[in-house]
Amino acid sequence: MSSLSQSANRLSPGFAKATLGGLWPIALGITLAACLQVFIKPHIDAYYALIALNIGVNIVLAVSLNIVNGFTGQFSIGHAGFLAVGGYAAGAVTYYGSICLFGSADVHGGLLSGMPMDTEGLAFLGSGDALFLVALIVGGLVAALAGLLVGLPSLRLRGDYLAIVTLGFGEIVRVLLQQTDTLIKRSVGSETAEQFAQRVRDTPWWQLPKSVGGALGFTDLPKYTSLFWVYALVAVMLIVAFRLKESSYGRAFLSIREDEIAAESMGVNTTRYKVWAFVIAAFFAGMAGGLFAHQLGTSLSPVNAGFQKSFDIIIMVVLGGLGSISGATLAAIILTIIPEWLRGVELQTSTIFVLIGLTLLAVGVLKVYRARAIAKKTGIEDRSARRRAIGPALGLILISQYFFRGHLPAALQTTINLGEYRMILYALILIIMMIARPKGLFGVRELWNIGPWAKKARVASQNAGGIVPTQGGAA
Amino acid sequence: MHEYPRYSRTRETRVFAKPLYSWNKGGTSRVDQFLQTLKDAVTIGSLYALIALGYTMVYGILKFINFAHSDVVVLGAWISLLTANKVLQLAGGEHAAPWVGPVVLVVAMLACGAISFTIERLAYKPLRKAPRLNVLITAIGVSLFLQNTGQLSAFFGTSPRSIVPLLGDQAVFSIGLVDVSTVDIVGVGTAVVLMIVLEWLVFHTKLGRAMRAVSYDTRNAALMGVPVDRVISFTFVAGAMLAAAGGFLWALRFVVIKQPADTSWTLLGLKAFVAAVVGGIGNVRGAMLGGLAIGLLEMFGAAYLSSSYKDVYVFGLLIIVLLVRPSGLLGKAIVEKV
Repeated sequence: MSSLSQSANRLSPGFAKATLGGLWPIALGITLAACLQVFIKPHIDAYYALIALNIGVNIVLAVSLNIVNGFTGQFSIGHAGFLAVGGYAAGAVTYYGSICLFGSADVHGGLLSGMPMDTEGLAFLGSGDALFLVALIVGGLVAALAGLLVGLPSLRLRGDYLAIVTLGFGEIVRVLLQQTDTLIKRSVGSETAEQFAQRVRDTPWWQLPKSVGGALGFTDLPKYTSLFWVYALVAVMLIVAFRLKESSYGRAFLSIREDEIAAESMGVNTTRYKVWAFVIAAFFAGMAGGLFAHQLGTSLSPVNAGFQKSFDIIIMVVLGGLGSISGATLAAIILTIIPEWLRGVELQTSTIFVLIGLTLLAVGVLKVYRARAIAKKTGIEDRSARRRAIGPALGLILISQYFFRGHLPAALQTTINLGEYRMILYALILIIMMIARPKGLFGVRELWNIGPWAKKARVASQNAGGIVPTQGGAA
Repeated sequence: MHEYPRYSRTRETRVFAKPLYSWNKGGTSRVDQFLQTLKDAVTIGSLYALIALGYTMVYGILKFINFAHSDVVVLGAWISLLTANKVLQLAGGEHAAPWVGPVVLVVAMLACGAISFTIERLAYKPLRKAPRLNVLITAIGVSLFLQNTGQLSAFFGTSPRSIVPLLGDQAVFSIGLVDVSTVDIVGVGTAVVLMIVLEWLVFHTKLGRAMRAVSYDTRNAALMGVPVDRVISFTFVAGAMLAAAGGFLWALRFVVIKQPADTSWTLLGLKAFVAAVVGGIGNVRGAMLGGLAIGLLEMFGAAYLSSSYKDVYVFGLLIIVLLVRPSGLLGKAIVEKV
């Protein structure tokens, strides 16, 4: 009997133990992020630090979109709208709050915000950091409110229509942001900092959020974003996403994705959970937007709410596999690094043909082998063998032209800078992936579900041939 | 008041013939503003209707929203531009002869039809049985591909260009202070003619009956002997031809054509899609009605309320329609059976 009560006690721990048990991964994550900022950042090049910042922001965006698109199966393509709303809200709080409280819109943070080591009076976190944290949370909350507004119409909309409404939402946000008033700036030369600060303090409070720059964008933001802030948010996001997926909310989301009608008849309040998905995703996207805004201080403008940015995020989520947190993370990392890497890559046209040829050859040969294996196993004669041979043959032709590359017509002998063709490559990758492997890199599974741990996951992934099953049942 | 460049010819600016007598010395009267807005609304509405027809036909047949449709409009506009400039270069002369317009239109329609046929075969056909959202993502991919390939310097480049003026600017007649020019008449006229042809095609021919059959029930239509693949390809081609005509009319009316990846094109496509939804997506007559409705809403909203929010009005109408009457004006509500 005592062992039973002991195990019962273990299963339902007290408040302190539960809280600590829940919080330690987050505390660990934040500590790791702080270590990253303090110990590693001084030793790496500024360019790589910027890429690392971009990677972190993209991870948060991709995983937050994954909550809506992947877990819940709703197709939202206006995610950049939340990014912009959060970024603008956080920026307004930081900019005007900094002016009102500290007198100027410079960084008043500590070591963890990227201040150089030799600043006097340096602490880990400065007073500006508290303002920044408040700004991020405000940005997240405002974006969550926007998520609520977008999530509510989703009650009655399915699939394609929801996609269009979210796209329209992104555009509406962009148009509304373009109509805001210009930023209240200090007129250099005729106004001292104190006069300017007093002028800002004297403007009516409702005028301040309206003056966020209009079509010119929100410039002059203090550069609070550092590896610490970004990776602290990444840690929180990943932990929250993982826990969400394993919790009852997550199960509700997944059930809505698999079959909404069945979920509704099982008692899952689809309305409530769909709106929750939007709100949570929007909150984190808003915080990521706040980080994005304060990265260079000048990168926030209404165009960031448009579909171009939304598509960037969608490609990451689709490439990684809808429903997979590790997939979205990996895809975000890959798709942030590749454009930077491609920018410096210059290839001869003939080399590109060789690469295409090698791919065709490899894929074609694999297909031929597979077809042969199936034919042998089932005993059915393989009639498309000739058609299947076209691929490898074309590949061989393209590879062989490498040896004649000196004799190609002049138009084909150019060097191509791949960075310019980035969007075309993305588009082709998207199309080919949708036709060949719609599950993405990981499908529905996570990194830890592959390989030796794959036994449990096989049942779950069998239903996930596509993204959302058709109304008639599983794909 | 009106954002679109109306008289921006690059060669010469012509002055509209003013009526000899005007009962309103100075300032436009309210009636004139109303008539002007009405004229703009009908012009832009006919454009929206042409593009919306493409969306609605593809949705009716395949139940999927072809995101790449607006890029076919861009393609049509740019092909018309290049063809017109080339033809004028070959034929010589400052001003275009009357036969240049129809030739350019036909070339643009054929080219866009061919491209759309290829896209359908390569990108959409393998996904006929896939979940609908896969196809949606593919459509987004195709749209991005078309936009960015069009922007390459080998094709259309990244800067706006103007088409040679194909029609004169003279006012044919005026109602009050509102001048109706050749461009207006030809524009709306071509759109109306094309819509009449489509109406005849869909409702009075065997092919149209096949299209309607496939849109009701694909499998049973196949059982009845309808060549489904060919009908679907034809629908795509027809929609693309209408989109190309829309692009040509845009080029005719607004002269300056922006680069393919410019947001104004996607906005145009989105508004045309809203027109299709408002009229009842899948319904051909609904698309024509919806186009007119959106044109009226946008122009009257811009003129009488605020021109900077005209996109917001259109999307606002979309949300309202989707919440209140999702089947659109002429659509039939389908009850989902469990």
